[in-house]
Amino acid sequence: MGWTTFRRDGELALATLFILVIAISVVTTLFLFREMSNFLTSALQEKVDVSVYFKESVTETEILDLKEELAKMEEIREVSYVSQDQAYKDFVERHEDEEIIMESLEEIGENPFLASLNIKAWKTSQYGTISTFLEHPSFETLIEKVDYFQRKPVIERIFSLTGAINGVGVLFSIILVIVAVLVTFNTIRLAIYNSREEIKIQRLVGAGNWFIRGPFLIQGVMAGILASLICLAIFGLTSWIVSPKIEFFFPGLNLFNIFTENLGLIFLLQFLAGISLGIISSLIAIRKYLKV
Amino acid sequence: MISFQGITKIYPAYAGCLMTVALEDVSFGIKPKEFVSIVGRSGAGKTTLLRLLLAEEKPTQGQIFFDSIDIHQLKLGELPQLRRKIGAVFQDYKLLPNKTAYENIAYVMEVIGFSDREIKRDVPEVLEIVGLKDKANNFLAGLSGGERQRVAIARALIHRPEVILADEPTGNLDPYHTLDIIRLLLKIQEMGTTVILATHNREIINRLGKRVITLEKGKIIRDEEKGRFIL
Repeated sequence: MGWTTFRRDGELALATLFILVIAISVVTTLFLFREMSNFLTSALQEKVDVSVYFKESVTETEILDLKEELAKMEEIREVSYVSQDQAYKDFVERHEDEEIIMESLEEIGENPFLASLNIKAWKTSQYGTISTFLEHPSFETLIEKVDYFQRKPVIERIFSLTGAINGVGVLFSIILVIVAVLVTFNTIRLAIYNSREEIKIQRLVGAGNWFIRGPFLIQGVMAGILASLICLAIFGLTSWIVSPKIEFFFPGLNLFNIFTENLGLIFLLQFLAGISLGIISSLIAIRKYLKV
Repeated sequence: MISFQGITKIYPAYAGCLMTVALEDVSFGIKPKEFVSIVGRSGAGKTTLLRLLLAEEKPTQGQIFFDSIDIHQLKLGELPQLRRKIGAVFQDYKLLPNKTAYENIAYVMEVIGFSDREIKRDVPEVLEIVGLKDKANNFLAGLSGGERQRVAIARALIHRPEVILADEPTGNLDPYHTLDIIRLLLKIQEMGTTVILATHNREIINRLGKRVITLEKGKIIRDEEKGRFIL
């Protein structure tokens, strides 16, 4: 019976469907954005590290001892040793094509690089603690410099940026979801307002409340299912098309992969969003017309 | 079976309209299987009376009993049970606009819980009685005023209710169909249904020779066993 009314009320059903598609799209977009920003922030944080440069007089064993000690600190995720030779090789590799730099390097005649330990923390906020530890006077004889203080502004900016992205994201998501829910609710309310006479008549000929609600709920569910299917198709297609372009700007970020990996979750999300919006809005909107 | 006790209905002042007293201290009873006509000018309170009986509106004062149940004490959830015992023909038909003539009539049977077989058996029959057999699948838009009225009548009869409320059921019918419908109502009453007919058709009332309650300005001015149309 719900289907018949759905078909006969074509225009209104189409409007409801359209609004539902938009609402579900908003939810899906937010989900994908969250996945993408998670990926980006973790990629960004991955790039952050702190290097400790040792005085030329310090021996390799002393450095490796310190490395052992550092590895025990719970803030530290990873410590890697870069010897003087390794640093030289890395530098040459990076600047092979730049003649001026290579020439000036040769002019120096000896290896100007210092041995270093490269430290990665779990969280950006932990770099402060680590460098304070390394600044301790007992290390003064060993350590030439810790580059945290040169890089501090960059690290902090990344730190505050990822924080801000998450904060704004959450706020934005909440606002968008509220707007989507309200718009959907209002559209369904209008659709049911349109049927208020019909509902009154049904009451007057003795129909029980669930008998009256039934077709509206079925309509709501059908609109929800249809809308979520449409959204799934739209998002599948767009992410497939847009994905290479995004990957061009952010290497390693594959939107289509994110989409397919989370397909089940996305489908569930869309389904739940569509159906619950349809059902709950219908139930609330119909309530006052049943009081005859 | 049905009794109105001291019913007063006042519509409060609203949007520039003055307060209206639709019914004032109306009391009467209706016995089972009775045929009662309610007559009066437009605005005398006929429709209000029927609306109150169907619990579409609440009286300002007084009680209405149906089988010794005070119907205005019923909860919203209990009203459908009462309404299923009543078949109503509304002045403005109140048919479902998105359904065909057939579906409109079948709806009442679905509401009560008749089986599909019973619906398929009874609906064409009643459509035949009101002369709309070949318009069964027309939507409301494709039916004339008189045809809609006959659909409304068919809907009121289909589930064999204990009481039929007919508010101007012949208002849009030509004399030929009017007579048919009145004969139909009489036949139904003879078969054991209470019929309450509100009308201002003088000819019908005078021909019926049944009980007539005359309303004027919300009050009962006459209640006669074999009444005539006198205003």
